[in-house]
Amino acid sequence: MTSKIDNALQFNQTALGLRAARQELLASNIANADTPNYKARDIDFASALQGALSGSTAKLPLSGTAPQHLGGATGTSVMGTPVMYRNVLQPSADGNTVDMDVERAQFADNALRYEASVNFVSSQVKDVLTALQG
Amino acid sequence: MSLFNIFNISGSAMTAQSQRLNVVASNLANADSATGPDGKAYRAKQVVFSTTPVGTAGGAGVKVAAVVEDASPMKMVYDPKHPMANEQGYVTLPNVNVVEEMVNMISSSRSYQNNVEVMNTSKSLLLKTLTIGQ
Repeated sequence: MTSKIDNALQFNQTALGLRAARQELLASNIANADTPNYKARDIDFASALQGALSGSTAKLPLSGTAPQHLGGATGTSVMGTPVMYRNVLQPSADGNTVDMDVERAQFADNALRYEASVNFVSSQVKDVLTALQG
Repeated sequence: MSLFNIFNISGSAMTAQSQRLNVVASNLANADSATGPDGKAYRAKQVVFSTTPVGTAGGAGVKVAAVVEDASPMKMVYDPKHPMANEQGYVTLPNVNVVEEMVNMISSSRSYQNNVEVMNTSKSLLLKTLTIGQ
């Protein structure tokens, strides 16, 4: 029974986790709007959610047979999805690729979708409570 | 928890931006200081921003890596009556570019505001998250 409730909430839970992680990346971009040579980063949300739900993004670890072998740490990733650099729309003199309009729009969009997910989870919880109490 | 990390990211950016504003203020205040404690004219200062990792999920904050002295040439003004004038009658005045400093001031105050916005959004998202199931 508990696992069924767990399964029902799984989708929105994963979505919320990814939204929060993406929100952090976008906040980093906005914070570094004046840092020379900083490259704006983001994740592809759709593929990240698909990957996180199917669990297919788990990478094969490098097998180390000697203590000197490196761990093979790959680039930064969010819940198994690689963090990618944003395409540059306009070049800048200091090598910074943060476009404040894009970042602010994405930040607001992501915040709204996070709130939507929170509402979905809330109504799901209410549904379960209704089913339990009759 | 990614959303809590945003406070650290935006906070670091706000600290860095206010330090930049601080340097701008000192540059503008000393735009005409022909002499200082070392007997030389004031040299304009500039902050160097650099990215610093925040948390483990790839968040990037900002820190002031260094405060460097502006390398542009000092202003030489012909004023033989000035007590600091050299044998040729020229006074060395600070290399503060007032227009540049005003631009810096506006840019840093706008970036500061952006980060305040980001923090407010994160706060409301966190508060919204606390209402799940209510």
